Amino acid sequence: MRGGLAAIVIWGALTGAAPAEEEGRRIGDPVRGAEVFGQCAACHEVGPGARHRVGPHLNGIFGRKAARFDDFRYSDGIRRAGRDGLTWDLEHLDAYLTNPKTLVSGTRMNFRGLKDRRDRDDVLAYLRQFSDNPSDIPEAAPTARKVEVELPPEVLAIMGDPDYGEYLSSECTTCHQIDGDAEGIPAIIGWPEEDFVLAMHAYRRKIRPHPVMQMMAGRLSDEEIAALAAYFGALE
Amino acid sequence: MTLNRRKFLGTSAGMAAALSAPAVLGAGRPRVVVIGGGAGGATAARYLAKDSKGAIDVTLVEPTRTYFTCFFSNLYLGGFRTLDSIGHTYGTLAAQFGVNVVHDWAVGIDRDARTVSLAGGAMLPYDRLILSPGIDFVDGAVPGWDVTAQNRMPHAYKAGSQSELLRAQIAAMPQGGVFAMVAPPNPYRCPPGPYERISMVAHVLRDTNPSAKILIADPKPKFSKQALFEEGWQKHYGGMIDRLGPDFGGDDVAVDPDAMTLNVDGEEIKVDVCNVIPAMKAGRICDLAGITEGNWAPVDGHTMQSRVDPNIHVLGDAAAQGDMPKSGFSANSQAKVAAMAVRGALTGSKVFPAKFSNTCWSLIDTDDGVKVGATYEATDEKIAKVDGFISQTGEDADLRAATYEESIGWYAGITQDMFG
Repeated sequence: MRGGLAAIVIWGALTGAAPAEEEGRRIGDPVRGAEVFGQCAACHEVGPGARHRVGPHLNGIFGRKAARFDDFRYSDGIRRAGRDGLTWDLEHLDAYLTNPKTLVSGTRMNFRGLKDRRDRDDVLAYLRQFSDNPSDIPEAAPTARKVEVELPPEVLAIMGDPDYGEYLSSECTTCHQIDGDAEGIPAIIGWPEEDFVLAMHAYRRKIRPHPVMQMMAGRLSDEEIAALAAYFGALE
Repeated sequence: MTLNRRKFLGTSAGMAAALSAPAVLGAGRPRVVVIGGGAGGATAARYLAKDSKGAIDVTLVEPTRTYFTCFFSNLYLGGFRTLDSIGHTYGTLAAQFGVNVVHDWAVGIDRDARTVSLAGGAMLPYDRLILSPGIDFVDGAVPGWDVTAQNRMPHAYKAGSQSELLRAQIAAMPQGGVFAMVAPPNPYRCPPGPYERISMVAHVLRDTNPSAKILIADPKPKFSKQALFEEGWQKHYGGMIDRLGPDFGGDDVAVDPDAMTLNVDGEEIKVDVCNVIPAMKAGRICDLAGITEGNWAPVDGHTMQSRVDPNIHVLGDAAAQGDMPKSGFSANSQAKVAAMAVRGALTGSKVFPAKFSNTCWSLIDTDDGVKVGATYEATDEKIAKVDGFISQTGEDADLRAATYEESIGWYAGITQDMFG
C-alpha cells in the first residue's frame, strides 16, 4: 500500500505487549499528531468525556468495527462497510485517512484526505493513545475540541424556530441534498445544533474558507442560523 | 371546468353542503397552474404542493415526459456525463407530492377569464399562474439562420436531441476541421455556458482531432469568467481556440446552412460544425399572455409577480428581474420565493422576505472547475445584488478538482430539489 508497511509489521509484532501510549509512538509522533488532529476536531472528539459531534467520538477507534455505535447516525455507506466486516485497524484507518471516499464510497465524512504519509502516521499515533482503555486515560487533556469561534453563551442559547428554518433551508437544499447524500457537497442533516451553529458562525466570520458558504452565512442573522440548526438537526 | 362546477352547484343543493367541507374532495381548493417543468417550474410546483400540504391544487404543464437539464448538457458534449444522467421525469412530483402533471403545450392564456388553453384542447382555470417557459430565439437574430436550420446548424441551447446532434457532428468532423460558434448577445441563458461549451469541445477535439480549430464569433466585448476561461484555454488547449470579438467583426455575422459557411465582417469561412446560439427572448407563452416588454417579462422581485398582471408570476430565464443571471440556479431560487408568495396569497400562510442566490459552476478541462456566485435581495426597483465571489486565476489543482466535485454535488442537490 505504501512505505508504511514496515511500521505495520512492527506494530503487529508487538500488539498486546505495550500500553497505548507506547504503541502510538511506534506509529508516528503523537505530539505532532495532536496538531494534525486539529483538522479533524471540527467534527470529531477524542479523550475523556468525548462525545459524538458531527462525527462519532474516536475513543477506542483502533480495533472497533465500523458503524458500531447505536447512538450515532452513520451514513448508509459506513453502515454497509461495517456489515461487510470493516474494522478500524491501522491499515484501514490509514487508507481511510488517505481518501475517505475511496475506502468507503458514500461516506458522509467531508474530508479530502491527508495526502502526506507523515501526517497520517502522526495523527494515527495520536489517536492510538486513546484506544486501549479509553475510559482510563491519565492526565490527557480533556477532549481535543477545536475552538473555531468563540460564541457568547446567549448566541448559543438561542432556540431556533424550525418552521422559519424550513423556509430558510430552501436556499441550502439547492446544493445540499435533503436525503443526506454527500456527493461533492457535504450532508448537513442530523448535526448536533451547536455544531451547526458554530460552523455557520465560522463561515460568517470568514474563519472557514469556503467562498459560497461565507457568502451564504454572511447574510444570516444569529436567529436565522439557530433556526436552520433546529430544522436540519431534526431531519433524519 | 368552471362551467361544469357552476352547473354542478346549481343542480344539487344537497351537494353544496358537502362542498363547503374543506378539502374533502379537493373541491374549492385554490388552483395554481405552472407552465414549464424546468428549474423554475418544477421547483415551484414541488414547493407549492409540499408546503401547502394539499391545500392548493397544483397543475404542472410540461410538453416533454423526460426533461433534459440545460445545465450539465455541456458536460455531456465533453463526455463527462451521459445524456441519461441529465434526463429527469415527473413521476415523483405526481406520486409523492400530488402535482397534476400534464404533458401538453400551453398555447393561450386568457388573463380576464384566468384560463390556460392547451394544444390538446383542454382549458385549465387558475387562481394564480406561474410561467417558467425558459427561452425562445429572436427571429432573424443571425441572418441566414432560423429554426428550420437547426438540424444543420444546431443551437443545442435546449438540451436533448439538439445536444445529441451537436455531439455527433463534433465526432464526425474531419481531421483538422473547423468548429465554429456564433455566441449570443446579452442577456441570455447561462452566461458562462457558451464558453464552457467551447472548453468541452476543445477537450474532445484535443484527444480525437488535435489539429482541429475552434472559432468563436462573439458580439460581446467581454464575457462571464473571461479571465478564467482564457487562462484555462491557454493552459489546456493552447492555439486551438480563436475568438473574434466585436472589434474583429464578431458582431457582424451571417451564416449559410446549406453551404456550411460563416460570414464574419464580410469574410466567408467554410466550417465543418456551426453551433449557432442566437439572441434570446422569453418563451413564447409570455408573448401570448401579453406580459412582455421588449424581449422579456418584467417582474416585481418581492414576489416574482408580473408587473403587468399580478395573478401571474414569471420565473427564471423569461423574467426581467434585475441583477440575477439567467441560470437554473437562479430559477430554482426565484421559484421558492414565488411559491411562498403564492401560498401566502391563497392560503394565508406566513410570508418571509425574499432572498435569492446563484452559483454557476463551469468545467474547463478534467478536474478543472471554476465558479461564480452572488446573493441578491428584492428592492422596489429590481432584484439587486448584495454580495458575490468568483474563482481566481492561478488556483491550485486540488481546489479546482474540489470545485468540480462540488458541481457534481450541486447537480444532485438541485435536481432532487426540482423533481423530488
